[in-house]
Amino acid sequence: MTATTRADRLRLLIVRNAALVGMPALLALFLGATVAIHPEFNSFDAQSLAMAALPLAFAAAAQSVVVISGGIDLSIGSVMAVANVLASSTMEEASFGRSLVLAVLIFAGGAVVGAVNGLLVVVSRVPDVIVTLTTGFIWGGVALLIQERPGGGAPDEFLDLGTGSLFTPWLSNSLILLVVAVAVIWLPVRRSKLSLLIYAVGSDRVAAFRSGVNIGRSRVLAYVIGGLFSAVGGLGLTMTTGIGSPRAGVLYTLSGLAAVVIGGVSLVGGRGGVVGPVIAAFVLTLIPSDLIFLNIDPNFGQVIQGTLIVLVVMLGGLATLLRRRP
Amino acid sequence: MSAPGDAAAARPPAGLGAVLPWLQRNTIVVLVLLLLAFIGCVEAVKPGTVNTIWLSNTLLFAAPLGVLAAGQTLVMLTGGIDLSVVSVATGSAFLMTTTTLRFGEGWAVGVGLALGVIVGLINGVGIAVLRVQPLVMTLGTGLMTQGIIIVYSQRILSTRSLVPEFVHQLGSARIAGLLPVDLLLWVPIAAATIFVLARTGFGRLLYAVGDNRVACLLAGVRVWQVLLAGYMTCGLLAAIAGIVLVGNTNSADLGLADTYLLPSIASVIIGGTSIFGGRGGYAGSIIGALILTVLNGLLTLLDSPEPIKQILYGGIIFLLAAAYTRLTD
Repeated sequence: MTATTRADRLRLLIVRNAALVGMPALLALFLGATVAIHPEFNSFDAQSLAMAALPLAFAAAAQSVVVISGGIDLSIGSVMAVANVLASSTMEEASFGRSLVLAVLIFAGGAVVGAVNGLLVVVSRVPDVIVTLTTGFIWGGVALLIQERPGGGAPDEFLDLGTGSLFTPWLSNSLILLVVAVAVIWLPVRRSKLSLLIYAVGSDRVAAFRSGVNIGRSRVLAYVIGGLFSAVGGLGLTMTTGIGSPRAGVLYTLSGLAAVVIGGVSLVGGRGGVVGPVIAAFVLTLIPSDLIFLNIDPNFGQVIQGTLIVLVVMLGGLATLLRRRP
Repeated sequence: MSAPGDAAAARPPAGLGAVLPWLQRNTIVVLVLLLLAFIGCVEAVKPGTVNTIWLSNTLLFAAPLGVLAAGQTLVMLTGGIDLSVVSVATGSAFLMTTTTLRFGEGWAVGVGLALGVIVGLINGVGIAVLRVQPLVMTLGTGLMTQGIIIVYSQRILSTRSLVPEFVHQLGSARIAGLLPVDLLLWVPIAAATIFVLARTGFGRLLYAVGDNRVACLLAGVRVWQVLLAGYMTCGLLAAIAGIVLVGNTNSADLGLADTYLLPSIASVIIGGTSIFGGRGGYAGSIIGALILTVLNGLLTLLDSPEPIKQILYGGIIFLLAAAYTRLTD
């Protein structure tokens, strides 16, 4: 018994470190390539990269928590859209202080929306893919209800939290915001028993149940954290674009899932972390901008994104296949 | 293509065997009653709506969804899912309309269908041979297909696109002003799907693989061939659905089938096919597709604004799925 757990722990350690070392290496590779293609890469480019990656990084973080718990959330983009238009429609005339209060309320709203998604999955026993596909439809409608057309806004000081740079132009506020938000939300979870529960439920639901884990509650909590991350992502969208747009968020559902897969989170559940997908979000954001620097149609970005997912998962499958055959 | 049919004997025998068909027959009855209830709602909201023209319109609009749902049913019976169907449908329609003038009508349709088979092949290789999760695999190929079509659309901006006349007829015309022509495509496809699923070795193997993959492997079934064939058929059916759709709108845009992802999956689920595989069938999916089409028409009839329509549509689909799960589990 101890031997297997030790082996498991060792394997987990390797898998986790592989993602922790591999993803920054991949990002460094892409950054290096970007500088090689585009030698004039300056602080402005660095800043716009961080801004463009911000919403996607949160979408990836949201999805990875849910996926680790053994679920999937296809409504993340719509939840982001709701947060996005809620912010832009309520903050337009508000003061900076009031905007911050509103932001906190929107975070709370995101957590509630996540809880609703999770409860629907657990209580109805309808597969999570179906539930979140339909709730994604519903939240998308809610976003349209709040604000039909792109518009609205937020006070400049508030937008500055995502677009400005407090220290040096190389270290933009959006990057700081991302690190702080992920640390504030995920680190306490990671250090508490909750993360153990989420990983346990994701890796083997039956074993977790037999060990006395409250399966339903753990799954709902994973969706709550996902909803919270989605709301932060929606606010990030407001900060970086300056407006609210009811259809902008929808794209992030699939791209976020792509970042999760590339960032080393197994869709089977129980494996991976939040950092890998967040870094993968930067890699995915770099691809279209590199294509522009190379004078290639940036729309190839989506082709590459799709191909990258397919290749990553197929290589993973091939590796397992080869390992199994003597 | 398929392995020996006697492998279907791997399904659990007797006992349940007597109850399940009975239950399944009953769920069809429940579904039909539900469909009639929705039609009743339509009539209640605006008396006089339900007539032969309305019926003909409903069937006309249900056909592309029904064809998409046929492919989705096949892969969901194996315990899979195909998220790439909408990209394939849009892509096939777009490829066909932009190549009509260059290659001629027949070849253009062939090119469109080929896209579906190729994407299905890639899905199948990943899922069947390399054991990739269907959700991720088809997500990736869907993004890939969509991206390729966007790039392609910008390359050929100057090319004139044209929907072949017979495709336009197929997607929008009615025989004697009543019978939609696309039924002439949907009915044979539906009959073939039901026949293949119920009566052929391949069909039974789709159920068997979805029911218990390990047992199938132990029984000597070449599971990868079954899955590969399933996903390729699904791709082909998605391409056909796209071509019927573009025949209806008569112009291919890049968002042609975007709104069909949720309905294509929902009609299969509402129709009683389990997402975990092994249980269900196409007859239910047909009723599911009809229910969703009537529901859509009902929401349009209510004249509610788009957001409300979207919320109601999603909510009702969820409730139906939840009720169904309660009924069968």
